[in-house]
Amino acid sequence: MRNWISRQALLADYTLSALARRRGRNLALFTVYAGIVFVLASTMLFTHALRREAHALLAHSPEVLVQNLKAGRHAYLTQGDLDRLGRLRGVSRIEGRRWGYFFDPVFGATYTLMAPASESPGRGDLHVGDGVARVRGLSTGDTLALRSAAGELHVFTVKKVFSSESSLVAADLVLMHPADWEAFFQLPGGVFTDAALSVVNPLEVRSVARKIGERLPETRVILREEILRTYEALFDWREGLLLALASLAVAAFAILAWNQASGLSADERREIGILKAIGWDTRDVLTMKLWEGGLISGAAFSLGTLGAFVHVFHFEAALIVPVLKGWSVLYPRFVLTPSVDAVSLLTLGLLTVFPFTLATLVPAWRAAITDPDEVMRGTT
Amino acid sequence: MSALIELSGVTKVFHEGRHNALVALEGIDLSIQEGRITVLKGPSGSGKTTLLAIIACLARPTSGRVRVAGEVVSNLPETFLAEVRRRTFGVVFQQFHLVAGLSALTNVMLPAYTTGRPHAEIARRAGALLDRLGLARLSGERVERLSGGEQQRVAIARALINDPPVVLADEPTANLDSALSADFLGILGGMRDEGRTVILSSHDPRVCEAPLVDHVVRLLDGKLAA
Repeated sequence: MRNWISRQALLADYTLSALARRRGRNLALFTVYAGIVFVLASTMLFTHALRREAHALLAHSPEVLVQNLKAGRHAYLTQGDLDRLGRLRGVSRIEGRRWGYFFDPVFGATYTLMAPASESPGRGDLHVGDGVARVRGLSTGDTLALRSAAGELHVFTVKKVFSSESSLVAADLVLMHPADWEAFFQLPGGVFTDAALSVVNPLEVRSVARKIGERLPETRVILREEILRTYEALFDWREGLLLALASLAVAAFAILAWNQASGLSADERREIGILKAIGWDTRDVLTMKLWEGGLISGAAFSLGTLGAFVHVFHFEAALIVPVLKGWSVLYPRFVLTPSVDAVSLLTLGLLTVFPFTLATLVPAWRAAITDPDEVMRGTT
Repeated sequence: MSALIELSGVTKVFHEGRHNALVALEGIDLSIQEGRITVLKGPSGSGKTTLLAIIACLARPTSGRVRVAGEVVSNLPETFLAEVRRRTFGVVFQQFHLVAGLSALTNVMLPAYTTGRPHAEIARRAGALLDRLGLARLSGERVERLSGGEQQRVAIARALINDPPVVLADEPTANLDSALSADFLGILGGMRDEGRTVILSSHDPRVCEAPLVDHVVRLLDGKLAA
């Protein structure tokens, strides 16, 4: 065992000196390699963190949402509708929600105006998301004037700006008093945009949704799991788009790596011949090349992954965020909780380290099985 | 004295079965005695280097048998052959074949890297060999910066690092002047005095006719000459 360790240490030592002797080529290869791992790992880490964030936020959202439809169009629910829904077996709690969209022509942004049933701001006050505050340059105590669809100017006072932690769901949010909401949208009292239902037994959510469909045929039922699936699909699509683009870079790298690793120079072939002629066997040469491939790919993978981690969780994935988060005037700005999907990273590691190491080994093996006699006669 | 190396009916054909097939050696029967200096003598193209390569297990004969210390090695798998090579032979190549970019000391240490001996022990022995050959002050120098004579002495030290019983040298004086050739012959004498078997290929009269040479084997057109 001691001999084996000593032998490995010496072979690694020789590998390092060989890498240093061809430092220009190896550095170029290392840089491209680490860059590709960086892009792929950034994409994986970011989408994984986004999904995790979405799951965490939606975990506290209602299990079932019900919207009213009239002639296939979204219509308002009344207090009577809410009462009927609340009487369904399995429903533990029901809350009518008031919300609507407002397009701000000055900044080209759309806000979500909402009047919560409880803990709503006072009359004439607003709580705004950090995206709204950012584009309008608002802070607590400022006034915000919004012109309604009827042309009336409504002036509010900002009482609170939501922190950036809630930005994923609240960047475009404007909370107001229910009476202000009704006045701004010119709606009669006692109407609701939709209803949020809580279910006694989470396993019976689908059963409750089916009952709602039967009792109130003119409603649309949206389940939390469906919203989650939509998020998943959205992130999957964007991640797939970026990974598809990155795969082109991977393919280009594979060609480069193969070319670099397989195209053993005359000097390298000669060196392998010399090593064999002075007593190394094929296994020693391959071990040395394994160290070489492992050192380059391992270091590039580690650096690329570490860089991606810092990029995503410290610099908010600045380089890839437009593709993955989408385009919006009220861009959510939020800090993702560091989290690593070990399986994805392991897969990435296998997909990058393994082919490169193989590309290093195969040509070395071909050179190593050549008769060392060729060295003696100087033909290698 | 016993025969350390025995060749019987050794033939080597390059590019066998092709239109450019070349018979380099044909029906060689040869015994090399332990502890002696043997010279393979012959003109260019006579098969000296090929015969030396077959003796050193660097090439396999197309037919025939090679025994080293009583063991038939000509049909051994590569892994075992490499072990025989490492254990038995130290080779000094005509063009030295040192690894450029490495120091003289590292070059000398290279054959021992795969033996599993500790680095310090190998470095100590390599340093002692370089010292013995008068190169101690150049041990840290990159080999491409050394003169031809110095490079050859590094190659000799490298051939001795694993303490092989047999040392082979291919045309050792081809790139040396008279003074350096005399030095080299002196080193060979020292090797024999240590009990090593030395095999040289050369057509240089300074080597072939040197008093310390025990046995001269003449080759002509791939065959042993009378």
